[in-house]
Amino acid sequence: MTLSIFIQNVMNALQWGSFYALIALGYSMVYGVLLLINFAHGDIFMVGAYIGFFISTFLLGAYGFQLPWKLSGGLVIFLTFLLTMALTAGVGVAIERVAYRPLRRKGVSRLYLVITALMVGLLLENGNLALLGASRRNFPELIPKVLYSVGGVNFSNTKIIVIIVTLLVFVFLQTVVLKTKWGMAMRAISYDRMAVPLMGVPVDTIIVMTFVLGSSMAAVAGILFAVSYPVLEPYMGALVGWKAFIAAVVGGIGEIRGAIAGGFILGFTEIFVATVFPSTFRDLIAFGVLLLILTLRPNGIFGIARRTKV
Amino acid sequence: MLVWFCRMKQYSLTLSAFLFFVLVVGLSWAGTLSSYIQLVLMFVGVNIMMSSSLNLVNGYMGEFSCGHAGFMAVGAYAASLVTVWCFTAESVFGPNLLPPAWAVVLFPFILLFGGVIAALAGLLVAIPSFRTRGDYLAIITLAVNYIVKSAIENIQPIGGARGFMGMARVVNGMKEVADIPWMMIWTWAFVFLTVLLIKRFVSSTYGKGIIAIREDEIAAEIMGVNTRRAKMVAFMLSSGLAGLAGGLFAHILGYINPGSFGIMKSTEALVMVYLGGMGSLSGSVLSAVLFTLLLEILRPLQLYKWVVVPFILILLMLFRTEGLLGHRELTDVFPILKRIFGSREEVHAAF
Repeated sequence: MTLSIFIQNVMNALQWGSFYALIALGYSMVYGVLLLINFAHGDIFMVGAYIGFFISTFLLGAYGFQLPWKLSGGLVIFLTFLLTMALTAGVGVAIERVAYRPLRRKGVSRLYLVITALMVGLLLENGNLALLGASRRNFPELIPKVLYSVGGVNFSNTKIIVIIVTLLVFVFLQTVVLKTKWGMAMRAISYDRMAVPLMGVPVDTIIVMTFVLGSSMAAVAGILFAVSYPVLEPYMGALVGWKAFIAAVVGGIGEIRGAIAGGFILGFTEIFVATVFPSTFRDLIAFGVLLLILTLRPNGIFGIARRTKV
Repeated sequence: MLVWFCRMKQYSLTLSAFLFFVLVVGLSWAGTLSSYIQLVLMFVGVNIMMSSSLNLVNGYMGEFSCGHAGFMAVGAYAASLVTVWCFTAESVFGPNLLPPAWAVVLFPFILLFGGVIAALAGLLVAIPSFRTRGDYLAIITLAVNYIVKSAIENIQPIGGARGFMGMARVVNGMKEVADIPWMMIWTWAFVFLTVLLIKRFVSSTYGKGIIAIREDEIAAEIMGVNTRRAKMVAFMLSSGLAGLAGGLFAHILGYINPGSFGIMKSTEALVMVYLGGMGSLSGSVLSAVLFTLLLEILRPLQLYKWVVVPFILILLMLFRTEGLLGHRELTDVFPILKRIFGSREEVHAAF
């Protein structure tokens, strides 16, 4: 493998790692606060990509009813991101409100919540399929593709954007979780869910906040994914979502750093496995490596073992 | 007379199961049931095995395993490979080792062999999984499900992603010996065996230990339950039975491919467990029957089937969280059944 191919692969790995990391963030935050494996999250990523598709095509004037004035390219990108994040966050919060909160109020075992989440995911996938049909949709080219070539390494501007956005999101979330009052409340809930409501922390509001953050990050991932690979289909979130979940666990679930690290580890493993072995081995070896990491460090890379006190 | 009646009561469940078995096999043999209905009935059987075996881990033990289809795949491939290798002339494996007629006798043992292989796979998963907290198992089984599927896809001699066939010829070989519905017989025989095994297991000392783990693991350990060992045994039993179901599934269809043992299949098994209610064996059986029939009834809806099914389940979770029979048996819900199908303990207590 020459150096230029190696760097090319590193770029690809960083890009895929970014997608996994952005989705893993949502899993990780919800798990940290609720101890709920939100299996619908991969499909929220899919919903985000679709919402992004409809908003961007609307803004670009692909439908009969249009905006009275023409928007500049930069404004379209900005509005697409903003509106998609808001709407997807709305979907996430609605799911929490309709499906999870009533169950939580009943105080039932967490496993029932997990199975409900699985069902919500299926409903989103197949509802989309039934509603919009099986035809794949082509995402409009929001960001005009520019190819750079530096010393034999070819890469597009979308790759750079994906990686930079992921790092910005990481810094943003890390600040939210570590520096703000909301973040402190989130960490407190995951630390002791009995005492925190007694201290006057509005638990339900914090949970809604978590879903807003997680879902809007999934929306960012959805748009970025659609910009890089502009074909949308209803099952696009399923496999990516399961993988991102495992990545979140490998990094140490409930940790922002962990989700990012796990996502990048998964991205690197997948890309570099595909360069050495036939690409059909990708899933096999990637999951194998993740299992190995989990066996060596059961709490994930950044996870802290919590002892149960009797 | 009363004494005789009371003594007979303990056999009434076995007797009615036997009557059902004779009825199903007889009607299939006579050709009264169309081959489609026969197929659905056999799938009902396979699903009963899947849901009741998963209930052992997810319901009785209170862990969360979500890769049950992986073990099913291991069992399906192990059993199919052996039957095809032994009883048919195949380009990959060469001529048949044994006369095809021997399949009649050896078939159940080969299915059991598939189950044992799946149980060993379960042991491999269980060793690292039961070291830390509960959700760990969910992740490992999820990953293992993908690994199994992906591994089979990459083994080209057994068909890879194209799938593996030849089991139909094995079944035809059995039909040449005696023209009876072999697969129906074996499916339901193994279903009854599975249900009986799980029923006896959960009411044994071991099973009581497993229920204690669900209620409070630390307390169970203090009371002298070897929790690690008990979890392993339960998990192995569960995955072994899933492997058995897989072997049956493979021979019913005559063709398997790794795609049919994906996460979707595991989800179906999970749904059946939670629909019926955790920790309820009769609930699992009931929900497997209902769920399989529901899927068949909704078949005309095509695309909307998988919209309707999750929707019904979400509503069920919201309004009847514990499932149809959560932690209860059918006899607790309908006490009249208790009078008809009395248990052995009660009969003994009556004297």
